[in-house]
Amino acid sequence: MEKLISRFFKIPNATSLPVYLAEGGYEAAKLALRNRKPEEIEGEVKRSHLRGLGGAGFSCGVKWSFVPRDTGKPIYLVVNADEGEPGTFKDKYILTYVPHLLIEGMIIASYAVGIHKAFIYIRGEYEMPYLKLKEAVGEAYQKGFLGENIFGTKFDLDIVIHRGAGAYICGEETGLLESLEGKKGFPRLKPPFPAVVGLFGCPTVINNVETLSYLPFIVQRGSEWFAKLGTERNGGMRLFSVSGHVKRPGIYELPMGILLRSIIYEHAGGISEDRKLKAVVPGGLSAAVLTADEIDVKMDFDSLKAVGSMGGSGGVIVMDETTSMVDALRVTMQFFAHESCGQCSPCREGTGWIDRILKRIVAGKGRADDVDHLLDIGKYLGGTTICALADGAQMTFLSYLKKFRKEFEDFIRNSSLRANAGWSSGGRPLGLPAPDGRSGTVSEAISGIASAGRLKAPSSQ
Amino acid sequence: MNQPAIFTPELKKRADQICANYPVKRAAALPVMRLVQETYGSISEDAELEIADYFQIPPMGVRELMTFYTLFYSKPKGKCHLQICRTLSCALRGAEELIRDMEEKLGIECGRTTEDGQFSLDHVECLGACEKAPAGQINQEYAGPLTKEKLFEIIKQYDVSKA
Repeated sequence: MEKLISRFFKIPNATSLPVYLAEGGYEAAKLALRNRKPEEIEGEVKRSHLRGLGGAGFSCGVKWSFVPRDTGKPIYLVVNADEGEPGTFKDKYILTYVPHLLIEGMIIASYAVGIHKAFIYIRGEYEMPYLKLKEAVGEAYQKGFLGENIFGTKFDLDIVIHRGAGAYICGEETGLLESLEGKKGFPRLKPPFPAVVGLFGCPTVINNVETLSYLPFIVQRGSEWFAKLGTERNGGMRLFSVSGHVKRPGIYELPMGILLRSIIYEHAGGISEDRKLKAVVPGGLSAAVLTADEIDVKMDFDSLKAVGSMGGSGGVIVMDETTSMVDALRVTMQFFAHESCGQCSPCREGTGWIDRILKRIVAGKGRADDVDHLLDIGKYLGGTTICALADGAQMTFLSYLKKFRKEFEDFIRNSSLRANAGWSSGGRPLGLPAPDGRSGTVSEAISGIASAGRLKAPSSQ
Repeated sequence: MNQPAIFTPELKKRADQICANYPVKRAAALPVMRLVQETYGSISEDAELEIADYFQIPPMGVRELMTFYTLFYSKPKGKCHLQICRTLSCALRGAEELIRDMEEKLGIECGRTTEDGQFSLDHVECLGACEKAPAGQINQEYAGPLTKEKLFEIIKQYDVSKA
C-alpha cells in the first residue's frame, strides 16, 4: 500500500532540505502560491474530508472557514506539536524525520487563510525533534521558502518555534494558547472559539502537525483522490501509533477505514508471545477501551464514535490476556489525576478521588461498594468542565468499569488474599508474570496461591 | 531589587532576542525561563524575582509557572537525571518494577537527588516514546526499551562506586 507521510521516514536524511527537494519537496507549496487562489485551497481541503488528527477529528477545512478575514487584526497559525496523549508518538516522527513536510503544509495553510505569522508549540521534552525542526526552519529561511516574498510571490510567512515546559493540558488548544502567551495552561471557556478570538486576542488557526503534513499531498493530487483513500467524511490516511503487548510496536500509516484487528494482527505482528488479546485502547488514553470482541471496527472517527469510543490521536495501546484491568485503570487514572490542571472542581477532585480509591483497592483495601461508588463519581466527571480532559477521563474510566466489572469485583472480593500474598500492591509489572512465576490474572493468581497451600481459594473460584 | 545577578548583560541580550519573536513580551516567559534554567541548572528564588522584574509581572506570576510546569526546577538535578515513564504503554512493559529497582539501586525515592549530587530519579507521565516502552530520558536524551541491566550500566558510567 502506498505510504504518504511515512514514506519519508525510510528515506535516509529526508530531514535535510536537499534530500527533501530531490523527493519533490515544496512543489505543492509552489503550486499553491503561484497557481491557486486561497479560497480554492480552502475548498479543496474541505472536500478532501481531512480531519483534525490531533484528537478532536474536526474537519480541517471547516475549521479554517470560521476565521474572520476582515477584522483588521493579524491572523495567527499555531501548530500543535505538544504531542502528549499517552500512546501517541507520530508527530515526533514527522518532526524528527521530515520536518520540511510540516513547514510546507504550514505555508499552504497560511496562504489559504491569509496568515503571515506562525508559532509551532512543541512539547518541552522533545529535544531531538526540536533540533531537527529548528535546523529545517533555518534551511527554509535561507532558501527563501520562509520570510518575505516566498517563491518570488508577494506572500510572506514567519515561523517561531516555541517550546513547552511539560504539561499535558497544553495540548488542549486553548490551554496551549494561554501557555503560548506565557501563562499557566488553563483552558479557556468557549465561545469565543480561537478561530475568532485566539492568540493575543486575534483570529487563530490551530492545527496538529500531522494534519498540516497531509496538505501538500492534497494540493498536489486533489481532494477527490485523498477523500477516496478513507471512508465517508473521513478522508485519507493517518499515522497510527501502536504500543503495548504487540510484536512490532511502531508507526503504521493506514487508511482511515482500516480494521483495528488488521492493525493489531497484520501490521503490528500480533500479540507478544502469541498470547491472547484482552483489551485495546484505540485512540489514545482518553478513548474508551475495547474488548477483544470489539476489534472488527473501522478506525475512522465516525465508526469508533458509533461503538462508544473515539479515534482521538490514533494511539493504539494493546493489552494481552495477562493484563490486570484494575492495574491498567489505576495507571490510567493516575495519569489524569496528575495532569488535571486544577481549574474545574469536578475534574480536579473527581480524578483525585478516583486515583486514591483505585490505589486503595490495589493495596488490598477494597470495599464491597467501591465499584458502584466509582461509577457514581464517574457520572459527574464529564460534561461539567471547561475542557475535554475530564470528558476523556470519564470515557475511558467508565468503559473499564462497565466492560470489566466482574474483574474489579473479584479483585476487591479477593484483595485481602492478594495483599496477604505479598505481591499485589501495584508493584508487579502489568501483564508480566508475577515474581513467583505465576501469571498475572486474578483467578489464576488465586488458584496459584491456593495450590501453594498457603491460603484457601475462595469458593467462587 | 538589588543589583541583578542572574540577568547578566549577555543573558539579558539573549532574552531580549527571544522577546522580539512575540508581539507581547510576556509570551516569552517560558522560553526565557528555560534559558535561565539552562544557564544556571535551576531557577532559584532570586532568579524568580529577577524574571518577574524582567517581565514586569508579580513574583507570584513566575511562581505559578514554576509549579504548573514540570520541566522547571527550583533545585539543580543530578549530573545524571533519570526519568522513567510510568504511563500505560510503559507500565504494560514493566516500568513500575523498573522504577522500584532504580529507587533501590540509587537509595533514593523518585523525585530525589542523591546526596553527592550525581543522580536524580523521577517518574514521568507519557514521554511520547511508547514504541520503545519502557522508555525514559537520561538527561535530555530519549532511551528505550530500558532494562535494569542497561540502566545499571549507565549508572556505572557516572559513578563506579554504585556498580
